[in-house]
Amino acid sequence: MAWANKVLRVNLSDGTVTDEPLNMDWARQYLGQRGLASKYLVEEIDPKCDPLGPENKLIMTTGPLTGTMASTGGRYSVVCKSPLTGAIACSNSGGYIGAELKNAGWDMVIFEGKSPRPVYLYIENDHAELLDAAAIWGKSAWETDKILHRTHQDPQLRIACVGRSAEAGCFYAGVINDLHRAAGRSGVGTVMAAKNLKALACRGTRGVGNIKDPLRFLQATEEGKRVLRENAVTGQGLPQYGTQVLMNVINEAGAMPTRNMRETQFEGAHSISGEAMHEPRKSDGRPNLTANAACFACTIACGRISTVDKEHYTIQNKPQYWGNSGGLEYEAAWALGSDTGVDDLDALTYANFVCNEDGFDPISFGATVAAAMELYDLGLITQAQTDGIEFKFGSAEALTQAAELVAKGEGFGKDLGLGSKRLCEKYGRPELSMTVKGQEFPAYDPRGIQGMGLAYATANRGACHLRGYTVASEILGIPEKTDPLSTEGKPELVKAFQDATAAFDSSGLCLFTSFAWTLDDVAPQLDAACEGEWSAEKLLEVGERVWNLERQFNLTAGLTSKDDTLPKRLLEEGANVGPAQGKVNELGKMLPHYYEVRGWDSDGVPTSETRQRLGLA
Amino acid sequence: MKITLKLFATLGDLLPQGASANAVEVEVRDGCTPNEIIDRYQVPRELAHLLLLNGVFVDKSNRDKPIVHAGDTVAVWPPVAGG
Repeated sequence: MAWANKVLRVNLSDGTVTDEPLNMDWARQYLGQRGLASKYLVEEIDPKCDPLGPENKLIMTTGPLTGTMASTGGRYSVVCKSPLTGAIACSNSGGYIGAELKNAGWDMVIFEGKSPRPVYLYIENDHAELLDAAAIWGKSAWETDKILHRTHQDPQLRIACVGRSAEAGCFYAGVINDLHRAAGRSGVGTVMAAKNLKALACRGTRGVGNIKDPLRFLQATEEGKRVLRENAVTGQGLPQYGTQVLMNVINEAGAMPTRNMRETQFEGAHSISGEAMHEPRKSDGRPNLTANAACFACTIACGRISTVDKEHYTIQNKPQYWGNSGGLEYEAAWALGSDTGVDDLDALTYANFVCNEDGFDPISFGATVAAAMELYDLGLITQAQTDGIEFKFGSAEALTQAAELVAKGEGFGKDLGLGSKRLCEKYGRPELSMTVKGQEFPAYDPRGIQGMGLAYATANRGACHLRGYTVASEILGIPEKTDPLSTEGKPELVKAFQDATAAFDSSGLCLFTSFAWTLDDVAPQLDAACEGEWSAEKLLEVGERVWNLERQFNLTAGLTSKDDTLPKRLLEEGANVGPAQGKVNELGKMLPHYYEVRGWDSDGVPTSETRQRLGLA
Repeated sequence: MKITLKLFATLGDLLPQGASANAVEVEVRDGCTPNEIIDRYQVPRELAHLLLLNGVFVDKSNRDKPIVHAGDTVAVWPPVAGG
């Protein structure tokens, strides 16, 4: 039945590890991963708790298709209450750790309490124990990975860990796995470090059994792979150019957030684009991009493997950065580049390496640097605060030095580790923070893509593109083209994307399959693997249930409809250039109707009828 | 009249000599259509998934209309996505 039917509960306060059966009643309602772990979190913690206190829990969770032969079936998520937003956090990652955990026989690991000293969890199939982390505490994620491999003498050990930024309390630290993949958003790594938990090291050799109908599963997954292979996006575009192909698309459409979202087109976009990553460098004739890479079981392979020019100022005397490493994805390239005004591809690639090395979210980091640059531009921050760095828009040196400071939590890096919201509040200009619910925006200006404004304002984990990616429809024409400058039909579009995304995120599959697959392609794979009957309609209902469950968590935590909003800049200052020139985001036109479509009252609270319909009453 | 033609991703190989940063200035007749331009540079119509005229999407039903004017920018992509 695809689920391993086993949960590992780790009490960090008293150092115990125990196993228990998965709650199958909940699995039938919430499927797995994001949905099921959110249900556990809602049942087990007080949403009002201190996210960095021992009462918060951290759940590492797989989906039913994680570890199977379904294409992209390698995903796992980290779920907890976020220190960045105070809302529910669920951060999803690929690589190999999720499949390894499932192959060891576990659906999820629930960490509770706080360890009196730094520890890491070691799992080898049924065996699980907490081990002393003295040798890895204070080390980067890359050093931790190396030390744990050496300690356990197992090259196939898979590791998820936090870097020094999390230990230093950076509010947007993530959990790095397999060196270059990250559960990156919302500060889930900050929560992990606050529990004195440095790493999960896992080895699983059992495989995933219990497939309900193995022959039908083989056929369904093969058919799914055929669809991905024959689709132009998942079969050609993503493998060749990765997500970075969007840099020029979004810039041409005039929806490129630039210099802390003051502007909507970046003159340096081409220099940091997916196309530029293919162009030979002047110094050595090699391109930035070495190869693409795939996560466990993935047949798309959108990952980027890159190098920085050895002659570049960032790494001239640092041979540890001379080799191949995880390259730029679009979101990182935008935040580190366009939002800070930096068009130096090598500097961005280096900053991205540092984000991976010490485990912090390049989106939140880049956006926070951008906010700091605007504060510097206005004279509200001076070189007295920035450790002498000239923090000007466009300064590659400022960006890369900032990355090094945040990595170690030193000097001005402590301020930058607060995130954009707390930084702007500290320096007296909260309106300059480009965030929703305290989380920094991703790479789409909602003045030029109206539906994304609504998606950002209502996303349960704060501003996020991975909760309702209406860009697919509004810009890319997937599955159908809609007008990005119109608000018409956007509440329905946003809800449809949000619910479907929650279903994908609960399955163990990668959301990028949704560029080719609909839930009609996912359902046969789940139905062949899992106990019960799984249709597209049922999956959509699961998605809607998950969305409302997360909403209820946030409302109990103290968030209200007043938090479903956008920064004043996006609501009152028109786009400066491009097709949306002069336009603001018309959130006010969309939000009330969105609440109606959701079955919520005018305060954004799910009505009793909605809760009953979804089994949440 | 002169316009700027931009071909991205896998279509970049079809750009004529003199192109830089995936863009080139080209001479076209007054009142020309998007399809005339992409045909001239041998962009297969089925691969011209995303066609922006000055940043605004032009759907396939409008690509035979004389909507390109002097100084315009026509940018074309095959099916792409990211996130």
